[in-house]
Amino acid sequence: MTKQYAGRQILIIALAVVTLLVLAASIRYGAIDFSIAEISRALTSLIPGQPAPTLDQRIFLELRFPRAILCLLVGASLGVGGTLMQALFRNPIVEPGLVGTSSGAAFGSALFFVLGGVFHIGASLWSLPIAACAGGIISTYLVFLLARSREDGRASIVMLLLTGLAVNALFMSAIGFLSYIARDPQARSITFWSLGTLSGASWKAVEIVAISTLAGSIIALRYAKQLNALMIGEEEATYLGVNVNRLKWIILSVNVVIVAVATAFTGVISFVGLVVPHILRMLGGADNRFLIVGSALTGATLLTLADLIARLSVRPAELPIGIVTSTVGVPVFIFLLRRRQYVF
Amino acid sequence: MLNASNITFRIGNKPLISDISVSFACSKLHLIIGPNGAGKSTLVKVLARLLRPQTGKVEYEGTDVSTASEAELAKRRAVLSQAVEVAFPLTVREVVMMGRYPHFGGRPGPTDESVVDEVMQHFDVTEFSERDYQTLSGGERQRVNFARVLAQLWRDGTVDAAPSCRYLFLDEPLTFLDIRHQIDFLKKIRTFTDAPDVVTVGVVHDLNLAARFADQIVLLNEGRLIANGAAAEVLTAGRIEEVFKVKPTLIQSEGSGMHLIFD
Repeated sequence: MTKQYAGRQILIIALAVVTLLVLAASIRYGAIDFSIAEISRALTSLIPGQPAPTLDQRIFLELRFPRAILCLLVGASLGVGGTLMQALFRNPIVEPGLVGTSSGAAFGSALFFVLGGVFHIGASLWSLPIAACAGGIISTYLVFLLARSREDGRASIVMLLLTGLAVNALFMSAIGFLSYIARDPQARSITFWSLGTLSGASWKAVEIVAISTLAGSIIALRYAKQLNALMIGEEEATYLGVNVNRLKWIILSVNVVIVAVATAFTGVISFVGLVVPHILRMLGGADNRFLIVGSALTGATLLTLADLIARLSVRPAELPIGIVTSTVGVPVFIFLLRRRQYVF
Repeated sequence: MLNASNITFRIGNKPLISDISVSFACSKLHLIIGPNGAGKSTLVKVLARLLRPQTGKVEYEGTDVSTASEAELAKRRAVLSQAVEVAFPLTVREVVMMGRYPHFGGRPGPTDESVVDEVMQHFDVTEFSERDYQTLSGGERQRVNFARVLAQLWRDGTVDAAPSCRYLFLDEPLTFLDIRHQIDFLKKIRTFTDAPDVVTVGVVHDLNLAARFADQIVLLNEGRLIANGAAAEVLTAGRIEEVFKVKPTLIQSEGSGMHLIFD
């Protein structure tokens, strides 16, 4: 076992501990604060035979707690999504929000909210995530199709970012139109889709996002070694036994699904997927096995911190969480762009 | 034993190599030479099955490689390329360990660790072990890549009756190296190729180096096979002038064989 490997294990354990601490803070503080005694009383009220929960306890169990868990899961999804995109494009400045996946997913969900009401479809729990995935697939595919060079079929990073910009603008204005004509209160709120918020959290959302996040991360982890091989180039990865085309399809699909499902319940939250893998690479190197596990934990931690800021800075009101992530993410993005200019 | 028959590879309507048939034996160093655009690199990539030819087939020990899986092929075929860029900061040891990827599932085992130690020592890169690959010079990088490729083809000496041959391809790996490293690399390749189960096929630009180190030289021009055989048979003054458009003077020296001087 190498020194580096042992170091990474310690880092992962430390990150897990930090995630739990941040989670504890997240369920304790908010528009109203819950003491530890209140939290444990609320949790014990779930045990059959105990007295039924009071109103405060129900606020905790039905609003605060699911919101905190959803935040962890969405953060983990966005973190892993960023790691997968960067590994796939061998470039540290791509993330799901920049290549259209998030805005397409948000469009799919908004369309579902608006048309679902009109056509009376969508009784099933899975209709919303499926609509989000469809939107995410269409927008991501559109970006790659349009960014691809006519000569060699490859997408340069400049083309990818510019096309992503255009496709994002297209889908965000489509969402704007849908919000304008919508009757559903969630779809009507344009800030919900464009700036992101966790205020709509429910246990139902937690359940669905948990399934996609866990399944996606486990599949991604199985391909960590192949993604490492990709770091030395597509040809070299092929020589090392990787079926590169197959790998690309699998990773892109996993990425679209985990990001789209998270976006369906929270709107577009940008820059988490960009910042998280970057922090981890500075801490423990570029091995994808470490990055995937680490970015799930770090994504969860950062988004929870952002949510705490969003809830506490203007309480009892709250900020859209996307404002907080962009305030941190944009300077990092510009720093990376300037430092890695030679990539273009 | 590697056998290629009637290989044609086209991009669009433009053939890069046409109807090439050639075979390569174990324990021999085969070097492909030819002017720019002759199709040398394409031929190596077809032989290594990165590219699939439109017609003809490549056989490793009589078995058509077109149906082999990537993972199975990677256990016995490795390619040393011109310049390998790593997209993210990886340590030298991590890059060398990639050579073992085809041989383990989840995590590297003790054999993989010891093979990596050994090849790193062999290529004198042990001292860089924890350094970031991106900070190395061209020559140092190429030593690391060579170590990686040998880790991939490494076979434990105690296993006798080897199940299959090993195939090493060189896709112009000497291009960015100085003359000392070029000679040093070719000597190491020569030694590795001496193993009874190793087939080595490579592309080299320097005709003098090719003449000095190759057991067999394959001369290509405009995608076609011009000559194939020992250096003295292939490298005749007339043929070199016809293919490379420069006039050579051939000098036979004792010990180190044949030398070419160009006007």
